Amino acid sequence: MKFTLSWLKDHLDTEASLDDVVEALTMVGLEVESVSDPMAPLKPFRIARIVTADKHPNADKLKLLAVDAGDGNLVQVVCGAPNARAGLKGVFALPGVTIPVNGTVLEVGTIRGVESRGMMCSERELLLSDEHNGIIELPEDAPLGMSFADYRGGSDPVIDISITPNRPDCLGVRGVARDLAARGLGRLKADPLKPAVAKFASPTAIELRFDGDTSPCPVFAGRVVKGVKNGPSPQWLQDRLKAIGLRPINALVDITNYITYDRGRPLHVYDADKVTGPIHARLGKSGESLAALDGKTYAIDETMCVIADDSGVLGLGGVMGGETSGSSENTVNVLIESAYFDPNRTARTGRKLGLNSDARYRFERGIDPAFVVAGLELATQMVIDLCGGEASELVVAGKEPLRNLVIDFPLHEVKRLSGLTLSEGAITTTLEALGFGVQGLGETREVSVPSWRPDVHGKADLVEEVVRIAGLDQVKPTPLPRLASVGAKVLTPLQIRTRRAKRALATRGLVEAVTWSFVSEAQATAFGGGAAAVRLANPISADMSDMRPSLIPGLAAAVQRNVDRGLSNIAIFEVGQVFAGDRPQDQTIVATAVRQGTATIDGSGRHWSGNAKAVSVHDAKADAVALLEALGFDTSKAQITRNAPAWFHPGRSGTIQLGPQTVLGHFGELHPAVLEALKVDGPLVAMEITLDRIPVGKAKASKAKPALNLSAFMPVSRDFAFVVDDGVEAGKIVKAALGADKKLIADARVFDVYRGEHVEPGKKSLAIEVTLSPADKTLTDEDIETVSKAIVAAVAKATGAVLRG
Amino acid sequence: MSDILDLEASILREIDAAADEAALETVRVAALGKQGSLSALLKTLGSLPPEDRKSYGAAVNETRDRVTSALSTRKSVLKAAALEARLKRETVDITLSGRTDPLTAGRIHPVSQVIDEITAIFADMGFSVAEGPDIETDHYNFTSLNFPADHPAREMHDTFFFNPKEDGSRLLLRTHTSPVQVRTMEAQKPPIRIIAPGRTYRCDSDATHTPMFHQVEGLVIDRTSHFGHLKWILEEFLKAFFEVDEVKTRFRPSFFPFTEPSMEVDVGCKRSGGEIRIGEGDDWLEILGCGMVHPNVIRAVGLDPDEFQGFAWGMGIDRIAMLKYGMPDLRAFFDADVRWLNHYGFRPLDLPSLFGGLSS
Repeated sequence: MKFTLSWLKDHLDTEASLDDVVEALTMVGLEVESVSDPMAPLKPFRIARIVTADKHPNADKLKLLAVDAGDGNLVQVVCGAPNARAGLKGVFALPGVTIPVNGTVLEVGTIRGVESRGMMCSERELLLSDEHNGIIELPEDAPLGMSFADYRGGSDPVIDISITPNRPDCLGVRGVARDLAARGLGRLKADPLKPAVAKFASPTAIELRFDGDTSPCPVFAGRVVKGVKNGPSPQWLQDRLKAIGLRPINALVDITNYITYDRGRPLHVYDADKVTGPIHARLGKSGESLAALDGKTYAIDETMCVIADDSGVLGLGGVMGGETSGSSENTVNVLIESAYFDPNRTARTGRKLGLNSDARYRFERGIDPAFVVAGLELATQMVIDLCGGEASELVVAGKEPLRNLVIDFPLHEVKRLSGLTLSEGAITTTLEALGFGVQGLGETREVSVPSWRPDVHGKADLVEEVVRIAGLDQVKPTPLPRLASVGAKVLTPLQIRTRRAKRALATRGLVEAVTWSFVSEAQATAFGGGAAAVRLANPISADMSDMRPSLIPGLAAAVQRNVDRGLSNIAIFEVGQVFAGDRPQDQTIVATAVRQGTATIDGSGRHWSGNAKAVSVHDAKADAVALLEALGFDTSKAQITRNAPAWFHPGRSGTIQLGPQTVLGHFGELHPAVLEALKVDGPLVAMEITLDRIPVGKAKASKAKPALNLSAFMPVSRDFAFVVDDGVEAGKIVKAALGADKKLIADARVFDVYRGEHVEPGKKSLAIEVTLSPADKTLTDEDIETVSKAIVAAVAKATGAVLRG
Repeated sequence: MSDILDLEASILREIDAAADEAALETVRVAALGKQGSLSALLKTLGSLPPEDRKSYGAAVNETRDRVTSALSTRKSVLKAAALEARLKRETVDITLSGRTDPLTAGRIHPVSQVIDEITAIFADMGFSVAEGPDIETDHYNFTSLNFPADHPAREMHDTFFFNPKEDGSRLLLRTHTSPVQVRTMEAQKPPIRIIAPGRTYRCDSDATHTPMFHQVEGLVIDRTSHFGHLKWILEEFLKAFFEVDEVKTRFRPSFFPFTEPSMEVDVGCKRSGGEIRIGEGDDWLEILGCGMVHPNVIRAVGLDPDEFQGFAWGMGIDRIAMLKYGMPDLRAFFDADVRWLNHYGFRPLDLPSLFGGLSS
């Protein structure tokens, strides 16, 4: 919303400076976006007279001028304008002046061998219009030497404020002035209504044609003014409209635009001679259309409120008028419309048609319903003042939808909500200055809400009015009392895990990424998602259409983006939400790490001490196990099974679970076909752990750890090499060995796996080191022999392995 | 007797000549071993006349003691020389780099780091961290927050929607973290002090907007908290977060459907050459929106707005991260370019806390 300082002063009697006005606007909630002065660039231009105009010695179309800029000296200027002649008064620029049209600084030049020490300007050069056929001609009485800016009325800064959607009253300059007056910046000038003298009955009837419910257009007022002379509006009006970025059209249209910005009251003018039969508001019919004033044709449907006559639709109520019935230079009889259109319906119509206008902008926020007739009178007065003519009687169909809202307002609400102590007088004075009525004397007052404030509904709104006018800076910061002397734990177990998971994975050399929550349909489908319920109806692009079922596709794509940039061996992770469905409980937090190329925990690429190997399922498994351990989960309690999802390599992947119902996550190489579909260069391994699924340990009464019982006796270790079928998993052998004597055997670990010439085909040799940890005595050779036999027997029974000879 | 002294001189020469411990051992065995030359002399004692035996024996023993001592001395010298030689031999090129250390390579994303920083500050003021789903209902995202039925935010060009269900309802991606306010108020009784960081979504993608971004919501509900407390909390937060001694703030009246009164907050800053410094200068930078929780919102969760009151605020996590740490472009946050992550990311053990400082 733009206006000029002088326009504001039409409504606000004030001595305040521009800076004070700008500061006050921002502090009452009318945020100043910018302040500009269109006259400022014209300040250095002077009114000057051409004393002589002679032919240029070297060019037929150029003239050699002697210009007097008011200081008595004659300046030599070369000029090409056809209207340049002796005696002409125009606008002159001396060297050093910036020319608005192109921003260049004028210099002393030599044109066709003759020096030119200034320039007589055209309107286009000063950005006053597109006129460039000649230089500006000013009247003979224009004072020689005066600044052109001063001649044009001097500086009048344009202020641009942003209006929040709750303040339609400030979409007119008068509303802005009212706020500033309440703030103490001046006095709101009186605004007496001057009804026009009706000379005849209106020749055009006005009707509301709705089936009972007139809410789309509850009131429609109009009148005809006969015998007007339309044409360009006066300079002051054109200047104001131009200053706020509007194009002057003709006096009748300019008047409606002016009142729209001056009062926030949109109006429409019809050429009364082009309207046939009663003008009426009704709902549109499907199949109708409107050739609107913006030159486009819009299809109308039965949800829209239209203005129509016998011939059809004349305009879209509250949005835009039609081309054929609009006023023109030839209009003699004008019909002025002032109506109230339902905000929501106006908004829907405008959105449906993609049609924005100053009228829609105001109607959809809510114009003052009590100003329908007054706005029409104001327009009538301006039409008669600027275009002449005689007014008909004013016709009103329907009734203004007034709320007449009265709020019981306990004055202490101000202190309760804002913490600000204000006197009763200060509160009531502020409300009254804003147009509220305040009745009663006690603690609770009856406050009536002015018709132009549709945003005010209750006590809290009144507190806002009082506090914003008093100034939010008046409220003193007040320490929030502590709830406890020492802060308690504030994170949930899942939040703690989420934070810890990120740190744990980062310590493993992985770099944290944050990728989109949405992936393409193909990616979602490849990773177990793709359900219609989690597909966006309006994705921003096709590759961001589905809520992600897994973090792997986003991370794999991120890896490939890096590879495409010439980087290699990428190790990244993300801890974030995935979506199994659209219910809150379908959203879980997953930690996922991917490693590509040779990005192992011990570094990547070539190294003098030995090159890093390609990432393998074991790297992914190590990440998963390390993560679970870092989160306090004892991974020896988990099962490692082979049933990883289809996006993993079936032979190089695993699932970590507590049972078939409680799957904690997966690890492995990605399936070659999936990598190909994702267009990602392998090798790529990944692990994903669902943090929500990790069991929460039971809260214990004591934080003390269980007692540590250290054996006083030396542990003993023994190695066993078994020959087994190649398909037998190491885990089975280790488990069997551990089970041979649970009291004595503390650990068993694989230290060698061998296939080759010393073992028959289809078999492998697998060597384990078993640690025996006696609790109560030193082991004798016999003890060791006994347990060794038990281990060999247990492993043989479980796997068919034989001790290697 | 001269034969003893000759032998001694010969042995001592050999000891001196021994080049290493092995050669010295050979000398020792040749002299003192069972078949050694000095041992042989002792064996001849028996054949000597008794009157010579004593003096000859003493002479041999003296020689043996001197030889033993010389052997020991020479051994020490040779051992030291051998160690010296070994150390020299074992010297390596220490300019060769070791393998990349995972603790050096790992990084934490700025969004995670800043959420930790925010959490540290608000936890100290007694705030818990609340969460809610990204996929929300129209009720929680709009209606319960007092958005009117025809609010433009409910349109497809602002909000991501899912396809309508059979009953006509349609889910959406939350456009702000404010639904967590309502979910929290429904789930727990006042007093309530929460922050709710999380992902939010809007149909917007250009130089300064991404379709997904991060917000943090704050909410206080009790019987006494007013705008003065809100002002204090936000000023304290801004000081702590930007790690400056003083900040200037400017609260401007504004409008949000779910707060009344509503304000926007500007923070004092200094702009120079693309850099923005918070806590200095005379410029203003809009940083967050806030207000007293609207009576309709309080009423919607079954509380009496005449009895309970409070305030809420919301701000962009990515945005304050950019302001504090100087990233120029929001879009890069979600691109996962490891060069960007290495540069703007944080080391795994950069743990923000109030006792150890938010940033190091």
